Order: sequence, then structure tokens, then C-alpha cells
Amino acid sequence: MLWLIPALPLAAVLLNLLVGGRLGRKGVGWLACGAVGLAFLVALRAVLRLAALPEAQRTVTDTVYTWMRVGDFSADVSFLLDPLSAVMALVVTGVGFLIHVYSTGYMAHDASYRRFFLYLNLFMFAMLTLVMADNFLLMFVGWEGVGLCSYLLIGFWYTRPSAAEAGKKAFIVNRIGDVGFILGMLILFAWGGSLNYARLFAVAPHVFAVGSTVITTATLLLFLGATGKSAQLPLYTWLPDAMEGPTPVSALIHAATMVTAGVYMVARTHVLFQLAPVSLQTVAWIGAATAVFAASIGLAQNDIKRVLAYSTVSQLGYMFMACGVGAFTAGIFHLMTHAFFKALLFLGAGSVIHALSDEQDLRRMGGLAPRLPWTHATMLVATLAIAGIPPFAGFFSKDEILSSAFASGNTAVWILGLAGVVMTAFYMFRLYILAFRGQPRLSHEAEHHLHESPPSMIVPLAVLAALSVLGGLVGPPMQEGGHAFARWLAPVFAGGEHAAAAHHAVPMAVEWGLIALSVVVALAGIGLAFRVYLQDPGAATRLRERLSGLHRTLLHKYWVDELYDATAVRFVHGTARSFWRFWDTKVVDGAVNGVGYVFEGFSAVLRLFQTGFVGTYALFFTLGVAALFLHLLRH
Amino acid sequence: MIPISWSLALSAVLFVIGVIGVLVRRNALVIFMSIELMLNAANLAFVAFSRDMQSLDGQVFVFFVMTVAAAEVAVGLAIIVNMFRLRETVFVDEINLLKG
Repeated sequence: MLWLIPALPLAAVLLNLLVGGRLGRKGVGWLACGAVGLAFLVALRAVLRLAALPEAQRTVTDTVYTWMRVGDFSADVSFLLDPLSAVMALVVTGVGFLIHVYSTGYMAHDASYRRFFLYLNLFMFAMLTLVMADNFLLMFVGWEGVGLCSYLLIGFWYTRPSAAEAGKKAFIVNRIGDVGFILGMLILFAWGGSLNYARLFAVAPHVFAVGSTVITTATLLLFLGATGKSAQLPLYTWLPDAMEGPTPVSALIHAATMVTAGVYMVARTHVLFQLAPVSLQTVAWIGAATAVFAASIGLAQNDIKRVLAYSTVSQLGYMFMACGVGAFTAGIFHLMTHAFFKALLFLGAGSVIHALSDEQDLRRMGGLAPRLPWTHATMLVATLAIAGIPPFAGFFSKDEILSSAFASGNTAVWILGLAGVVMTAFYMFRLYILAFRGQPRLSHEAEHHLHESPPSMIVPLAVLAALSVLGGLVGPPMQEGGHAFARWLAPVFAGGEHAAAAHHAVPMAVEWGLIALSVVVALAGIGLAFRVYLQDPGAATRLRERLSGLHRTLLHKYWVDELYDATAVRFVHGTARSFWRFWDTKVVDGAVNGVGYVFEGFSAVLRLFQTGFVGTYALFFTLGVAALFLHLLRH
Repeated sequence: MIPISWSLALSAVLFVIGVIGVLVRRNALVIFMSIELMLNAANLAFVAFSRDMQSLDGQVFVFFVMTVAAAEVAVGLAIIVNMFRLRETVFVDEINLLKG
């Protein structure tokens, strides 16, 4: 029955296509939410059944049919439920359902209501295929499917040129990563002989020597795919622009689910990554660098969604950092808690934007707390969660990542992570204070229309807030034999978590110290934000003036977009143009037109013979016969 | 007895008259008659050879040719009659729909 989980949203897509026009707005909303809600219930039932099985047998596969079979190669449309994909499926359907419900309120006044839910359901189908596939090929189908939906939804308001551009950018940047994914997949097939996870991972230790060039190349190529999809250095630039899409899309696709696909893929293929220490080190360093880099850009952005976008990039960096130091459980743990609190942050930001009649600039907000009490309360919870304050969800997962990094001996990575924590706490509370506290700086019109969001938007916020508070409690630190979440994932990562083993080798006192340190660091960031933005109104301006160079750099995002435009984009455009000018218009068009001219010339001559007079034809006929006769008579 | 060369010469002359008739005349009926002339030129050659070789094969062929010619006339006249009904002409140079 596993196939039912992705099939339900797909069925909703088809129904919406066929009869959506007759259902009306209400019907379309119910159909879309109902399908995803049902998928969540089916997934929940499947996971409960999985949990009832003995630990060693917790992998269920459901083969729908054999997709293709060529020689030794075969690919099935086959779904896999093991503890890892169970977590992913529950997060995707659960958070997805809440965001669907929220969207019925947020998009209520949009002209293309039906198209929105069509894309959203299609996304759910693709994402569930991605996380539940039992082989690389089917995963790739989902991988491309979510990319397509991301493109469609970023460019949802396609009449706005910036939205159309952002959609294109996301699609093209992702293509670069996908080339890596395909090449990595081909290498794995060429050497490993299969694309099925179970079979490939079983033979991998025998086929690939630890640290051999082949496995290092393959995993680095797979990781290139992950950097594209999960917006890591150097391919992160599409994610901030993706904020052009409707806010629920930013929450669902560009925060909670799709962008975590790269982390999921690295965790899924941890068997391969562990055979390639160089790749793991790369993952850790890219993750740590991205975490700090994106967080620093987030410090100076003024668009509420852009701050959150850079924060997402940064948090994804933490997940990769965890995977890179071998703490895959911590990475997936952070993936889950991040899905809760980041979806909440985006939905809360959406609620603010909705309330202010589409105002996104933090400089024209302020003092919203008493006017939007529910949005304010839930946003505060999410902000505390992402800043890493106990006992909110983000604290547990982030702390586990940091202590794993410390325990694995990657001290430099750990320090980068700690620096990221300060910045995260600072920019998140900067956002919170600028939006909700201090004096209102609203435009007159926005002030006039200011209203709290409808219940269809507030209820999902409240549920996500509860999850952001309680979600971390499945993984408290310092449990004998690992916490509940780690024990749940243990069958997947069994034998692989050398870092986790080392983690428990760290003495109790050191671990307490690490926890205290990360909390103190986060509190310092929060305190600084309150000091600069709330207590001393002039401080922000003074700080900006004193560090004007740095501020400009951050505000312009290190000019990375400009750099890419000047190098890669210009280069590709130039090459394409010269190809067009020379090869296309001269060579290809020349050849095609040339053939045409030749035949036109021939036919101009041949046409002279076709007079239409029977007599002429008879004459040629006679001459021909006479010529034949002469020829025969001569021999 | 008339030598065979005379008969063949007559046959050749008749044939060439037929060919020229087909090529230069414009009236479809006359063209048709010229074709008949060519067929009969061939018949004459058959008969002449048959006599010369003391074999009946040539005579038999002549019967076939006459049968075919009769059938052809039937079809051809039907075409010409229809053509006249449609275009009100039997002049072949006025019928040039196939011009390229």
C-alpha cells in the first residue's frame, strides 16, 4: 500500500485537471488538502506498522511494476519505507498538509487559485517519489519533478518579469547540479552494476576500496547535485531569488522539503560517502562555509523573506556539516526540526505580508506585536527555536550537530558552526524586533488595512509552533545508547556512525560545557540584537556607518551574483551568441537553404519538359524509343 | 510472289505515317486513328514474316493485336467522348491541365 502515499496527491492533480473547473474554489481547496491529509494518514499508518516490526526487519518495499529491463540492468517503480524515508515521508506529508491548509487562506484572493493547488499537489507527488524511491533512477524522477514544480511555482506570478527570471535561474542553476547527479549515478552503475539502493550498498564495500578515486569522484558528483538542490556554495544563488514565489511555496518547497532533498540524498548514500573520506571532508567544509557565509549575508538584508532565505541556506549548511562529520542522525534530526520551525517562520512572514497588504520590507514594519497577536506569538517561538534556545526544537538538533563536529575532531568546522550560531541568533532577532517590536513604521495604507489572518492560516501556525516546541524532545542529549530519534534511525545508519560512537566517548563534563557554550553564544547574539535594534535606536545607524564597507558588502551579498553574471553567465551568453551568429545562421541555415536552392535550380530546368501538351510527351516518347532502337541496332 | 522486303517497307512507311500523325495532329480522333495505323503496320509485318517463315505464330499474334486494338478503341473513344462533354473540345493542345 506504499504506492498510495505518492499516488494520492497525483490523483488530486488529475482530478483537478479534469473536473477542477467545476468544483469551485472551495472544492479545489478541499480536494488538494484532502489528498495530502489522506496521504499523511496512510503514511502514518505505514510507519506505525513499520515500528511494530523487529528492528532488523524495518525495511518494507512495494514494487508497483518493472519500469525497464535492459540486459542485467533493471529499474523498478518501487517504493521503500525504512526509518529514514519514514521520517521524510511524515515530515513531507505532515508539514505539506499544514501548508496546503494555510494556502487556502493565503491564496484566497488569487485569480489562479486552481493552478496553484495543481502545482502544489504535483510537487507533493514528486517529493514523495523522491524520498520513497528504492533506487537512484526513481529518485532522480522525483528529483527532477520537484525541480520542475519549483520552477513553476517560483514563476507562479509569471506576469512579473522578476518572478519569471527567478524561476529560470532556479531551473538553470539546478541543471548544473543535476549533471553531477547523473554522472555520479552512471559511475555507480558502471562499477557497482545496479542502481537499487540495497543491492548497490551491499556490493559497495567489496567493489570500491576506501578512498579510491572512483568512489571519491562518484560521491563528489552526487554532492554537486546536492549543492544545487540544497542551495549550498557555490550553487546557492537561486534560493534567495526563489522568494519571488508565493510565500506558502517558499515555506513548503524552499524551506521545509525540497531543499532538504540534497541532505536526504547524502544521508541515504552514507554507505558510499563513508568509503570516501575526502568527499565527507568536502561535505563538512562546504556545509560549514555555507552556514557562515549565508548567515553573514542574512545580517544585512531588508526583505523579510530574503533574510529567511539566507537563513535556510545557512541551516542547510549545518545539515551538511553534520553529514560531513559522519553524524547523519544529527543531520536528519536538524532536517526535521528545521522543517517545523522554518516552515513556521515563512508562514508567519506570509501572515505578516498578508496583513500589511504585500509589504515585505522590514524597514516599513515594526510594532506589529499587539496588532497580530497570534502571528507574533508563533513567530517568537520559531525565532527562539532557530536561535537554539532550550527547550525549543532547534536547540537539540543544532547542539547535536555542534557536539558531533567537536567530537569528530573537526575543530575548525566546529568553530565555524559556533560563529554561525551567533549570527543566526542575531539576524533572527533583528528580523523579529524590526517586524514586531519598537515603533510602527508602516505606510498609511498598510496601517489602514492591518488585520490578523483568518483561522485557516492561524491554525497551521499554531500546530507548527507546537511542533517547534516539542519536536526536539525526541532527541535530548546524553542518553545512554542514544536518544529515541537516533535509536529509530539506527537500522539505517547501523555500523556507519563512527562519529556518533566517538561522540559518546566525549566525557560528560565536556558535553555539558559544549551545550552551555552554544547556549551562551546564542544568548549573546540575541542580546546584541536587542541592544542594537531596540534599546538604543541610534546604535544600528552608528554601527552601519562605522562598518560601512562591510555593510555594503553584506547588503550586496558579496557581489556573488554580479561575479557569476560577469563570468559564467556572460561566457555562456557570448559562446551561445557566437554559435548562433556563425554556426546557426551560416552553417546550418546555409546548408538547409543551399539544398533548397539546388533543387529549385534543377526543377526550373526540368519544368521546361512538362508542357502539358500530349503531343510534346509523345514526341519525347518517340525520340526515346528511337534512341533505344539505335542503341540496340548498333550492338 | 512479292518479296518480304516490300511488305516490310510498306509496314515501315505506314508506321512512320502513324507516328507523324500522332505527333503533329491536334484532333484526338485523328491521333487515335494514327495509333490504329501503327498497330496495323505491325500487323502487316507479322503477317509478312509469318508467310516468309512458313509459321502460323505471326498470324495468331495478329489476332491478339486486333482484339487488343478493339478493346483499346472502346476505352479510348469513351475517354474522348467524356473529354468532349467536359471541355467541349477534342483538340489535345487545349487540354493541358498537367502543365508543371
